[in-house]
Amino acid sequence: MPTKSQQEIDRFARDLKPDVYQSVYGGTKATTEKRYEVLFRDYPDPDLLRQTAGQIKQHTLENLDKYLPQAEAALKANGAQVHFASDGDAANRMILEIMKANGCKSMVKSKSMVSEETGLGHYLEDNGMKCLETDLGEFIIQIDNDHPSHIVKPVAHKNRRDIAKSFEREGLGDYNDDPETITRRARKFLRGKYFEADVGLTGANFVSAESGRLTIVTNEGNARFCMAATPIHIAIVGIEKLVPHDRDLALFTALIGRSGTGQHLTSYTQFIGGPKREGQPDGPEQMHVIFVDNKRTEVLASQCSEILRCIRCGACLNVCPVYRQASGHAYRSVYPGPVGAVLSPLLAGSRFPELADLPKASSLCGACNEVCPVNIPIPDLLLRLRDKAKTEHAEKAMKGTPPMGMFGLLASQPHAWRAAMTMGAAMNLTPDAIINIVPPAAAWNSCRQLPKWRGGKFRNWMKSRSKN
Amino acid sequence: MQDDRELVMGRIRDALAPLKERAEYPEWDPQLPVCKAHPDFSSDWELFSHKMQQVNGTPIAGLDALGKWLHEAGLTLGYCDPALADELRAHPAFAGLTLETTFERARVDDYTFGITRATGAIAETGTVMLSDADTSSRLGALTPWTHIAMLKSDTLYPDTVTAIQHFGDDPSIVWATGPSKTADVEGILIEGVHGPGVQICCLVD
Ligand code: SF4
Repeated sequence: MPTKSQQEIDRFARDLKPDVYQSVYGGTKATTEKRYEVLFRDYPDPDLLRQTAGQIKQHTLENLDKYLPQAEAALKANGAQVHFASDGDAANRMILEIMKANGCKSMVKSKSMVSEETGLGHYLEDNGMKCLETDLGEFIIQIDNDHPSHIVKPVAHKNRRDIAKSFEREGLGDYNDDPETITRRARKFLRGKYFEADVGLTGANFVSAESGRLTIVTNEGNARFCMAATPIHIAIVGIEKLVPHDRDLALFTALIGRSGTGQHLTSYTQFIGGPKREGQPDGPEQMHVIFVDNKRTEVLASQCSEILRCIRCGACLNVCPVYRQASGHAYRSVYPGPVGAVLSPLLAGSRFPELADLPKASSLCGACNEVCPVNIPIPDLLLRLRDKAKTEHAEKAMKGTPPMGMFGLLASQPHAWRAAMTMGAAMNLTPDAIINIVPPAAAWNSCRQLPKWRGGKFRNWMKSRSKN
Repeated sequence: MQDDRELVMGRIRDALAPLKERAEYPEWDPQLPVCKAHPDFSSDWELFSHKMQQVNGTPIAGLDALGKWLHEAGLTLGYCDPALADELRAHPAFAGLTLETTFERARVDDYTFGITRATGAIAETGTVMLSDADTSSRLGALTPWTHIAMLKSDTLYPDTVTAIQHFGDDPSIVWATGPSKTADVEGILIEGVHGPGVQICCLVD
């Protein structure tokens, strides 16, 4: 339907190709159903798990000054080298320095959202290094020079025909859109690359402050391959990934698979505390862990610190009616969906106004909060950010928002209010063409159905009730 | 690099300074992440087998059955942990199979299977645990199409909570729950992306 809405996300939803919409809608719906089935089948009280996980994460965030040095010490004791990066550029520079210092030329990379934030792949390429994504979805994104549209399923927006064409273009065989053939071709191509590479890069889903163990979950086993075939392992990790104890990992690994993909556990759940031991033939001799801030401390200091609990499971994307309509690129940032609507404007720092419209891309239905395994009150955070946008006069957030000054005036004058309620009933008889003369009503009407006027009835009801 | 450490730690302290009180670590029952009981199964191995099959893994009890499986699948050459090789070679069910005890990268596609020791397994999820201490070659356990983890029954743990208690100080522990898989192409499940397409757990005592 053509729309005159001024909200950018509405335009993305309008322009989404029908087959992309189908794959996004179908994929997210199926995963949501699987999540529900698995959580409720396995646990008598899944809500208690979510609440506990949320409390553990909130406690960890509010005690980061204790847990981060603890994790650092544990990792060092295990033989890992620990670095801190204040922002994305610093993180990229450190990785390049480690590579140069060891005479490395190429990297195989497992999926990591922080490296998406820092633009690591392009940075390394610009500095003469090879950097190859090994997660199938990320690999497709890389050869297409595209952006991920989902946290867990980066190519949710592509169908098999798109992918087959990309493979053909890259010389990975003749056109064949059979998913199994596509996967086998990727397997064949990428395994050679693991053996050629000097460095394996991963992220981490959790870090136990107690033992320093990084928990890395993948379904494809690519992170394990990166850490089996290459002599140097670099992990790039947001500072918010900590949990206090190893025992907490049982709770979080149970939740991340079930919430994200409807699995009890992801196929490969790795717990890495340091470089390989002497005598082991394969595995990295060096392990570097880079803890990245990149504005996380600003988020920690903000009114929205709860968003740092996020474990990147993607459940809120899958359940979100707005994400399903608009897909991930509509969020114009690394993190799409409800989590992105909160996190992306915050991580943008001084570029907040550019993404200040995202918190408005929500019906505040609350589904995201309900599915979130760490119980993040996303709708509340969206409201706080809407308020911030208004306070800071962020122009993008204001677009399409009717001015409320007149309403305020009307609502504070009982006589005028009563008259307006009575007159409002006339709207039901007024043709749209006339209603659309009022610009806010026209904007609303362009992409939605103006509801029937039902105002004024409450007062009559109250009046007759008090008579009885 | 050291400067960045101080910068980040300083920012964290500043961010937390206004908090009047900090969220407590919650009291929680360690059994909370343990799944509901499965009364239908009389042993952990039975439950494990059921759960492993649910994730398209293959549980096998005993060397006779494993040798038979390999012969029937037509897999005759593979990598094998040197600590297991002599016993397996001597077993009648392994007659005609070639077990190589050194993993050579250049021959990665020649190995049709890899046999390594499991550090443990988790009954409630059908998961095989592999650690550096027990895995003779990470690549031997990862790159062949079929991976066979040899499990001793006293290391079959009921749940993930118990499995974590047995981590020890090993720098690398992997939980493999079924074969390697992806659903990146239109959400269609395909197995054997980078790791094994067939994950076997063989119970030996
Ligand atoms: S906000 Fe919650 S539901 Fe959304 S990705 Fe993060 S952890 Fe998952």
